[in-house]
Amino acid sequence: MSDVVSTGSTTRVSLTVNGVRHDLDLPARRLLSDALRHDLRLTGTHVGCEHGVCGACTVLVDGAPMRSCLLFAVSLDGAEITTVEGCRSADGGMGPVQQAFHECHALQCGFCTPGFITTITAFLDDNPAPTRDEAREAVSGNLCRCTGYVNIVSAVERAAELRREPTP
Amino acid sequence: MTTRMVGEPVKRVEDPRLVTGNGRYLDDLGHDAFEVAFVRSPHAHARVVDVDVTDALDVEGLVAIYTYEDLVADEEEHGTRVAQALPLLIPHPTLTHGRTQHALANGEVNHVGEAIVMVVASDRYAAEDAVERIRVDYEFLTPIVGVEAARAAEHLVHDDVPGNVAARMVQETGDADAAIDAAPHRLELDLAIERSASMPMEGKGVHARWDADDESLTVHTSTQTSTSVRQAVAAKLNLPVDRVEVVTPDVGGGFGVKIVHPWPEEVLVPWAALRLGRPVKWTEDRREHFVSSAHERGQLHHVRVGYDDEGRLLGLSVKFWHDHGAYIPYGLIVPIITSTQLLGPYKPGAYRVEFESLYTNTVIVTPYRGAGRPQGCFVMERTMDAIAADLGLDRALVRERNFIQPDEMPYDQGLIFQDGRQLLYDSGDFPGSLAKLKELVGWDDFAAYREQARAEGRRVGIGMACYVEGTGVGPYEGGHIRVETDGTVVVSTGLTTQGQGHQTMLAQIVADELGVPFERIRVTTGDTRRFKYAVGTFASRTAVMSGSAVAVTARAVREKALRIASDALEAAVEDLEIVDGNVRVKGTGENGASVDLGAVAVLSNPLRYAFDEAAKRATQFAAPADPDKPPVAEGESPGLEASQFYSPPRSTFANGMHAVVVETDPDTADIKVLRYCVVHDCGTLINPMIVEGQIHGGVAQGVGGALYERMEYAPDGQLLNASFMDFLMPYASEVPEVEIDHLVTPSPLNPLGVKGAGEAGVIPGAAAIAAAIEDAEGITIRRMPISPSELFHLRLENQEAGS
Repeated sequence: MSDVVSTGSTTRVSLTVNGVRHDLDLPARRLLSDALRHDLRLTGTHVGCEHGVCGACTVLVDGAPMRSCLLFAVSLDGAEITTVEGCRSADGGMGPVQQAFHECHALQCGFCTPGFITTITAFLDDNPAPTRDEAREAVSGNLCRCTGYVNIVSAVERAAELRREPTP
Repeated sequence: MTTRMVGEPVKRVEDPRLVTGNGRYLDDLGHDAFEVAFVRSPHAHARVVDVDVTDALDVEGLVAIYTYEDLVADEEEHGTRVAQALPLLIPHPTLTHGRTQHALANGEVNHVGEAIVMVVASDRYAAEDAVERIRVDYEFLTPIVGVEAARAAEHLVHDDVPGNVAARMVQETGDADAAIDAAPHRLELDLAIERSASMPMEGKGVHARWDADDESLTVHTSTQTSTSVRQAVAAKLNLPVDRVEVVTPDVGGGFGVKIVHPWPEEVLVPWAALRLGRPVKWTEDRREHFVSSAHERGQLHHVRVGYDDEGRLLGLSVKFWHDHGAYIPYGLIVPIITSTQLLGPYKPGAYRVEFESLYTNTVIVTPYRGAGRPQGCFVMERTMDAIAADLGLDRALVRERNFIQPDEMPYDQGLIFQDGRQLLYDSGDFPGSLAKLKELVGWDDFAAYREQARAEGRRVGIGMACYVEGTGVGPYEGGHIRVETDGTVVVSTGLTTQGQGHQTMLAQIVADELGVPFERIRVTTGDTRRFKYAVGTFASRTAVMSGSAVAVTARAVREKALRIASDALEAAVEDLEIVDGNVRVKGTGENGASVDLGAVAVLSNPLRYAFDEAAKRATQFAAPADPDKPPVAEGESPGLEASQFYSPPRSTFANGMHAVVVETDPDTADIKVLRYCVVHDCGTLINPMIVEGQIHGGVAQGVGGALYERMEYAPDGQLLNASFMDFLMPYASEVPEVEIDHLVTPSPLNPLGVKGAGEAGVIPGAAAIAAAIEDAEGITIRRMPISPSELFHLRLENQEAGS
């Protein structure tokens, strides 16, 4: 049929996600969030608003926090991407930001948490010893409906401490 | 001695999974399922004249398109009830004109966002391609938007509902009008609260899989009540309930909106899975959540109050109008709660309340955290402040003079609450709470601070608000506990979890009651394969209901373990204790004879076959047994397990008081919360860390509802701010630090002495912040939320009135 509405051809894209290279054939309109979640099945990245406001889908693209719901996967050929799964410690347990969230009760339902974890990871790379005001500012682009943010701000401070501690 | 777990700020067992990206929320399931998108009405009120799907048929990946006519045909062919209106979940005698929606519109749409056509396709992209190409012809009807338009009733939402009134309810204790007329002082106030919404970070979602070989349906849904969804889906699809199971995966927040059921999608997605023989999934997007889930809070209130020279209430009469949107599936719960709980910690004198619940062409209204209480609290607390202003009295003093006293508990307010039971406060110490709050915030010193700030050109103000919250409503919850032969303790309860840490909190209770290490306990919630009888998670009821249920269940397991162990240890039951998962003779310490609960579990189940090492001990030739007695004693059953239920006579009443300090900008009218203080009484605290987390979250929603969040409906019924860009939920930059003090007056109604804590934080937010702004500005605040622009215009109006 000539008037079939097709999703069109696919494009080969190479993404290195959490250190592992993946070659994917994706339609041009496939969002990075969908490619991560449904093609690579890394479902830790969550989608809360599909328009870049809530920050739940935040991943690190070449180290910088970006909203994966606003990015086309094919535009990221060759990029290094870190998701919440990539913020774990080397042994697969909780990484420092994740550990801090656990210790400070900085999550309730956990849906927004992955976006906070990636955002804070990038923030602490830039500012390893933030003040409480700086910590609050750092998480003020992510929405959480459960915690009232009090304990998330504390978790930023605690994560900074944990990152400074020598690993056993 | 084992450390007691209840009362400790135990870190959550849920966290390691959730923080590492290993949670399993609805859209994390079913990567290969067909996906659903809907054609939703862009009009608030219209007749659907024609649906033309021709252009959509050639979309690559399209699987099926369904309209209301297909649901009717299915009823005729298969005896399903998918075409019938969705159930009216909570009927009430005064709800004389209850109307509910159809899963797909039956010829008429009554709000923007109502589903008309369901498209199933290979994935969501293809489904939305098809949706875009379906054309619907409408015949426009006049939209009714807002309480005033509904009340005027020049046009009707539903042709067969005169006046747009679904219900009119009156409750009365004494002759309020006569008491007010006879009072030395009288006031009348008009008070308004606008719409907000639960707005969980994860919207709704449903995944369904039909197993044709087994003739069974498994539904995963992001719900607050899996057991009731199961019954509803079975009834709608004409399946034996026995062939339907509903599992709640991780849920990304609920706050009330997910207690409503079955949502149209909870019927349609399983139905499509059944007809197509393939897994089908729908994941709600954010815009869908705004325009097709539920809102709350919108009410107008008129208050008449009479009081004496001391500010004591003599009579209170409140009439209010509740905008419940296009349909009323959840009944009158929200306005009933407003009408009863607005009394708070006070004795109102004679009281009369009357409300009308009105249809409008907007999204339906169902409980959102607080559920009518924030409005009620706003009404009562604004009234208290107005009385104080009128008499020139301290606002705290007026409240104190109207408090129910501790020695008056239990206190019967003489009304019927939302559970159909008496509004009877079981415990509380309101003067004690107020004293703590005044000290925490520095109430008595604030006047000096305000003056000092004034001298610096700053405007600061303080406000307070008090509430009483009926929590833990019935009818019941249950628990099942089984000790496995390896000593693992498996606990399940039927209600669901949306982030409250139930796995942790319930394990703390079981650890204490059973005497087992916390780490050995595994808790499952909201899975009908595991527990089939439950009500759901709402009304701050899990700690009270399921907490009590697993406590009494653990006691039953403990008794059984002691009976079995008394044979093995040749000691009387009364002489035994369970410590760290070992049954031992009291006083013998760790070196005495003992048997671990895993071994007791083995002994509880007499066996013929030694399928593993542990099982050998329970086989028929392994141990001496009385040959004249049956292997399973009379009245016993195999397995170290029990199931028990908890059903209280009525709700238990938590309470709290908040004080807020705000600063308003003299030029821009920007409003900043400087301090937020909470005194909270939810009885015994099971896990103070979790309780404080609940308060923090509630306070943030209270601040949002007071200063930022509102559903902006245009007169034509378009929701103008249906995105996170425009509907302003607070970020970390808008939420203050929260200072908390606890008062503990245990509930006498349940074995743990607990009261609910989930909703409390949100209730007094709008009332306390309004009072603080009023104090800073000297301008009367009668509507919330309030934006800087609105405050600025209030200043102008006030200046004009003054000049």
